[in-house]
Formats: sequence, C-alpha cells, structure tokens
Amino acid sequence: MTTQLLLVQALNGLQLGILLFLVAAGLTLVFGVMDFINLAHGVQYMLGAYLGASLAAATGSFWLGLLLALPAALIAGLVLEVLVFRHLYDRDHLAQVLATFGVILFLNEGVKLVWGAAPLQVAVPPLLEGGVQIMPGLQYPLYRVAVLGAGLATAGLLWWLVERTRAGMLVRAGATNAPMVSALGVDIGRLFTLVFAFGAMLAGFAGVLAGPIFSVEPGMGDTVLILAFVVIVIGGIGSIRGAFVAALLVGLIDTLGKSLMPDLMRLFLDASAARQAGAALASMLVYVAMAAILAFRPAGLFPVRAG
Amino acid sequence: MAEPLLRLVDLRKHYGGLAVTDGVSLDVLPGEIHAVIGPNGAGKTTLIHEITGVVRPDAGQVVFAGRDVTRLSLPRRVRAGLARTFQITSVVPGFTALANVALAVQARSGSSFRFLRPAASEAATNTAAMDALAEVGLADRAEVPAGALSHGEKRALELAIALATKPRLLLLDEPLAGAGPEETERLIALLTRLKSAYTILLVEHDMQAVFALADRVSVLVYGRVIATGTVADIRGNPEVRAAYLGEDEA
Amino acid sequence: MREAWLPLAVLLALGAAPLLGFGGSYETTLMARVMILAMAAVSLSFLVGGAGLVSLGHAASVGVGAYAVAILDAHNVTEATRVLPAAIGAAALFSLVTGAVAIRTSGVHFIMITLAFGQMAFFTASSLAAYGGDDGYTLYSRTEVWGSRLLGDRLAFHYVCLGALALTWALCAMLLASRFGRVLRAARENAQRVEAVGLSPYPFRLVAYVIAGAIGGAAGFLLANATEFVSPAGISWQRSGELLFMVILGGVGRLWGAILGAVAFVLLETWLADHVAHWKMVFGPLLVLAVLFLKGGLSGLVVRRHG
Repeated sequence: MTTQLLLVQALNGLQLGILLFLVAAGLTLVFGVMDFINLAHGVQYMLGAYLGASLAAATGSFWLGLLLALPAALIAGLVLEVLVFRHLYDRDHLAQVLATFGVILFLNEGVKLVWGAAPLQVAVPPLLEGGVQIMPGLQYPLYRVAVLGAGLATAGLLWWLVERTRAGMLVRAGATNAPMVSALGVDIGRLFTLVFAFGAMLAGFAGVLAGPIFSVEPGMGDTVLILAFVVIVIGGIGSIRGAFVAALLVGLIDTLGKSLMPDLMRLFLDASAARQAGAALASMLVYVAMAAILAFRPAGLFPVRAG
Repeated sequence: MAEPLLRLVDLRKHYGGLAVTDGVSLDVLPGEIHAVIGPNGAGKTTLIHEITGVVRPDAGQVVFAGRDVTRLSLPRRVRAGLARTFQITSVVPGFTALANVALAVQARSGSSFRFLRPAASEAATNTAAMDALAEVGLADRAEVPAGALSHGEKRALELAIALATKPRLLLLDEPLAGAGPEETERLIALLTRLKSAYTILLVEHDMQAVFALADRVSVLVYGRVIATGTVADIRGNPEVRAAYLGEDEA
Repeated sequence: MREAWLPLAVLLALGAAPLLGFGGSYETTLMARVMILAMAAVSLSFLVGGAGLVSLGHAASVGVGAYAVAILDAHNVTEATRVLPAAIGAAALFSLVTGAVAIRTSGVHFIMITLAFGQMAFFTASSLAAYGGDDGYTLYSRTEVWGSRLLGDRLAFHYVCLGALALTWALCAMLLASRFGRVLRAARENAQRVEAVGLSPYPFRLVAYVIAGAIGGAAGFLLANATEFVSPAGISWQRSGELLFMVILGGVGRLWGAILGAVAFVLLETWLADHVAHWKMVFGPLLVLAVLFLKGGLSGLVVRRHG
C-alpha cells in the first residue's frame, strides 16, 4: 500500500462521507424535529438518482437533469408526506418502521417497473471529465473532486440555514423541545412538512451526484439508508454537526477498512485467507465502531436532546 | 440523639453557573416526618434526584443508614431501604393494582429471575401485596387496572407500592400535588396513619398539610437550607416568613 | 387463553393437513415455511410485545442459526445433537454481544442499532467466500438425528416444525407470565416504576433478548434444513422487516397473533407472487394500509368479535 493509494482511498472515503451526510442530514432533522423514523429516506436517494439519470438523458445535459431532478425529488417527498407519513407522526415507532418499510417495497419495485432491473449508467458531464493532479504522478477524477466540493458547500449552506436563520432556529428548538415550539404559535405541521420535503431533496441531490460514480439500480438506497442510520446514531439524533462528523468518520472507516483490511490480514494469514478474513472484518468495521462509540456515549457524539 | 437515618452532607450541584443545590445539609431522624418546603425554583426536585440517585451531586455525600450511598443507582438505593413516590404518579397502567404492588413484593423477596411459575399464582407474594393495599385502603380495588384508578387512588397505590418494598425511609415527592380538596383530606388522613410506622421525608407544597404532618421542617430557598426546626419554630422564623411564607400566603 | 381458539385451530389444522391430503411436496414446503417463520415471529413478538424491544435485526439471529448449520455442514458435522446446540448457542451469543450494546439505548436508537447489527451479520455472511459468499451455500444433506435421516422425511420434518412452533409459543407464554416476565412487561410500560421498586430493567431485557435470539437460532436451524440452502438474503434487513410485519399484522401484545400474522403473510406473499408480476407494488401499499387501519392486528379483530 503506497502513500498515493492511501491518499486516493482517503479521498474516496471523504466523498462517500459527504454523500452520506447529505442523506443523513434530512434523516436526522426529521428524527429530531418529528421523532419520526423514516426507513423510506433511502429510496428518496434512489429516486433522486433515477430522476437525475433519466432527466439528464431526456434533456441531453447532466446539469439540466440535476436542476430538474431537485424540484422533482422535493415534490416526491411532499407527495409521500401527504399520502403516508403525515398519518404516522402520532403513531409509535413500530408503526412508522413498518409503514415506511411498505413504501420501500413499493418504490423499489416501482423503479424496476419503470426503469427495468438492470443498472443504469450515468455519464460524467463533459465539463467535469478528466482528472486533477493532486500529487506528482497522481491523478484524481475531477468529477469526484467536484462532488466533494458540492457536498461541502451544501453542508456549509445547511449549517448557515440551521444556525443562522429563523426557520433553522425553529428546527433546532423543535429538536430539543417540540411542545415548546408549538406553544410559541408556530404551525408545527407546516414546519414538519417543510423539513421533510427539504430532507427528501437533499437525499435526492445526493442520489443525482452519486449517479456517475455508483451504478443506479433498484435497492441502491437501502445500503445508504443503513449507513445513514449508523451516521446519525453515532452523531447524535437531531444534530447536524454530529451527522457531519459521523458521516465523514463512517465514510473513511468503511472505505479505508475495505482497502486496508485484506493487506493488514496478510501479516497474519496467507493470501486467500487474508482476502476473506479482511473482507469480512472490513464489512463489520463500521458497526464495531458504532458499538464502541455507543458503549461510551449512548446518545452519540453530539447529543441534542437534554435529559 | 439517635443516629440519623438519612444524612445529607454539604450537597452541591451546579448547572452551568447556577448553583441548584448550594451546600445542603440535612438530617432525617428515625421515626420522624421531616418536611422540606420551599418556593418554586428552590431546588427541591434536584434535591430529590440527588437523594434517589437520578442525579449525581458535584460534591457532598448522601449517607443512608450509616452507609455512603452517593454513588449508588436508584434501584440499589431502593434495595437498601429508600423508597420513593413521584410527583407525577408513576404506576404500571396496564397492570392491576395488585400486580403493581406484587411487582414491588417480588423485587424484595427472592430473585426476579424466575422463569417457570406464573407470577400471578404466587400466594405469598399476593398476600403481602394485599396487605400493602389494605394498608392504604385499596383492598377492594385490587383487581382494577391501575390506569383506570382515580388520581387519589393512584397516589395511594403508589404509596402501597413503596410500602411493599419494606422501606426504612419513605421519600414522598409532593404526594398531594394535583389532588382535589376531598382527595387531599383522605391522603392526609392516610399519611397520618402511616406516620407512626415509618420514617418519612416529605417534600410538599401544601403548607397546611406540612404543618399538620411534620415533626420538623427544613426550608429550602435558592438551593440552601435557610432554616430547620419544629413547625412552631418555622412558623415564627422571620427569615422564612420573608423568603417564603410571605409571598405565598400574603 | 380462551380467546386463543383461532391459533390453536391453526396449529391443529397444520397438524391434520398432511393426513387430509395436503402432504405433497408443495404443500409441506409451504407449511414448513409458515411454521418456521411463525416461530421466529413469536419470539420477536415476545420481545416487542412483551419486553417493548422493537428489534429490526431479528432475522440476523435466524441467519446466524442457519449459517451455523451451513458452516458445520461444510466441515462434515451433520449430527443434530451437535448442530442444533451450535445453532442455538451461536445465535444466543450473537444476541448477547449485540444486545449488550443495543439495550443500553432505547426507542429509535434501539431500532436503528439492531438494524445496523443485522446489516453487520448480512455483510459478514456475504463476505464468507468459503461458504458461498453472496450466492449462498447449498447443504450436502439435512441434519441427521442420532445418525438417522429423520429430518429428511417430509412428514417427520413437518411435525418437528409444528412441535417446535408449539413449544416456542408455550415457552414464550410461560416466560411472560413468570416473575421474570412480569418485570419485563412492567418495564415496557414504565421503566421508572421498575427502578423505583429496586430492579434495574437492563439485565432482564438482555436475558429476554438472548432468549429470543436463541429461539431465532433454532428457527434458523430448521430453515436451513427446510430449504437445504443458506444465503445472506435470509439475513437481510428486509427479512427482519417482514418478521416485524408478521408481529404487527397479528397484533402486538398477543403472542399467538404472530402465528396468525405469519400464516397471513406467507399465504398472501405466495399468492401475490404467483399471480402478480410486480407483486411488491401491491404488497407494499397493503402493508401501509394494514399499519394505518388495522391497529389491533388480526388477533384484535378476533378478540373484538368475541369480546
């Protein structure tokens, strides 16, 4: 393992972390404000990827596709909120889990019906083709750098929205104490809808960005969803800052683990056994890290809710 | 003077810059009813949390029956003989009154890690639970789900549960809160009956009740005990009148 | 128990079915699936309805049990007296380790952490290349019982499954009625109350979690033998969601509801899969509707009619 390879893997890890953050941000806000567990958040990521892919194909431009996919993802989120989720806010978590699970089954299958079961390939937009030199003799794809930048910019924007605007103040207050916010005379129902749609759009945005990197396929949201869960559990439910730190952490651990573990195992085992044991260990690594963090901080790194 | 059953030694707790418990020392003697009164925001709730082990004080000691329990969890303090009731009644709503008390009985008699026999058919447990219910006057309500009891009955049930743990000290957190005039009267009568048999630390807002029941009273203001003494002492204490009685009964 | 006539009738019907002409391969395979999943669902219902622990990773303990069978099979260990304890023991151990972390948390955290640990098991199984990896592993033979091929006999296997299901129901009912169960049930409704009588809920919940995991392991043992095949798909979080759905479809709070839930689920799934191309698009919305409108579950309907 050379330094160069390590650097590339670290960048890949950060970039996975950024995508995870975009998904986890909506999830953690929806949890924090509404105490609502939404398993279907992952399919909103998938939906974003599909919308981006087909709109890009239809318009012939990745950028136009992106521009159209965002409001489309927002609308999809709104429709789901009105049709299903709204009726679940005052139900227990068990009911929320199952109903949103039903939504996943529907959408995963629906995507197969509309776009087919085979993965779609999305081309990198011409503007972002090629690579940048990050070290002498080391090229890194420009598109991935752009994803990293776009993700960081979105994270910054989100931070500003949550920390500096009135809506953000209400969201933060809602995460700590929802009854108090409604006592202030704020229409909590509208706030919920807003946060929800916004979260869906962020997940959709992540999906569009992921299109040219990963393959766009049914069920692609499920893996991301579970990693996003791990992220918000580690970060502390309702905390944007926690989600950011935890997302980068999870992205790095997962990516570096998968590339380093087999080599690490080589120190103890022969090549094929090392590959197997390394792969098995690497896939456990994120969860072991989560368990270790929770063992010391059951409410996550940045707990929001007091008491 | 007898060795105190519960001794608080210079308890301190800060939240940010605010001293919620600011050097509280207090003794509860065996057999007495010791009342803690204080205006809202005096730090009564935090003090109770420190005594029961929900909140750990920054400094100071909680000594119960000669043993330092400052670092023990709530369940372990209860097993040591410190039973409590809650300001907001806390019962298992889906259980019958009897099962609520039986839970407390089984907690103190033998292991609860028993897997085979149906708990509801343990005669000895049920008898002990019925005794506790009878003690608070709920014997005829034994089979009613606790969630369906009236507010006053729930209060009494909570007392029965506390009694069933065979406590050495009863910590009653505003037992009259939320009770109507009639219920209050009945609860005071009940507490008067219990008075002879138990050592009680009573945290209460209702002055009439405190003055009727307590042997000694401590007054808590802004996290400090400003006076401790008999009911007559406290009534006559000008500092107390200024800090507390004045504003409440003016 | 007077209201439990329906599940008893179901068990009787399952017992009589092979004698009444439903002993063919198709029918017994279907019924074995019903009974084994019902067994897992009852143990999950014990957790959810009894202890208030909404686990979204119960399929993992079933999977651990199934993989124990596969791994031992690959090493030529096929004797039930060794395989069954290994399956149960492995699942119990898995539940102990993951439960020790998960039960420190509650509510949404608990749901997500059990989900994450379930995924951990899933990815670990997928990376076990020696035991089929993603593709799964086909058993050389069914487990032997003291050297005999008892489990290979269709009828005998049918009654073994039926016995295991009945035993599971009886065991869980007994546990819930015991002192131990009383503490669990009380802690589900009001953990503070339990602490205030001098008991810490944690060890009780952990033991319940391990017991449910052990039963799941036994179900996994049977499942591996029923299909003679083990794959990561059986551990996926969708399977955990399905088990949870059986519990809620049957009605939380009545153990036997899970039996009804499992029967209804498997029959519906089988029928839909045979008759509708994209059957999950029907199944998902049905799930949502069941959650929204069938609040007491199927057992609630039965009890209400007789109540």
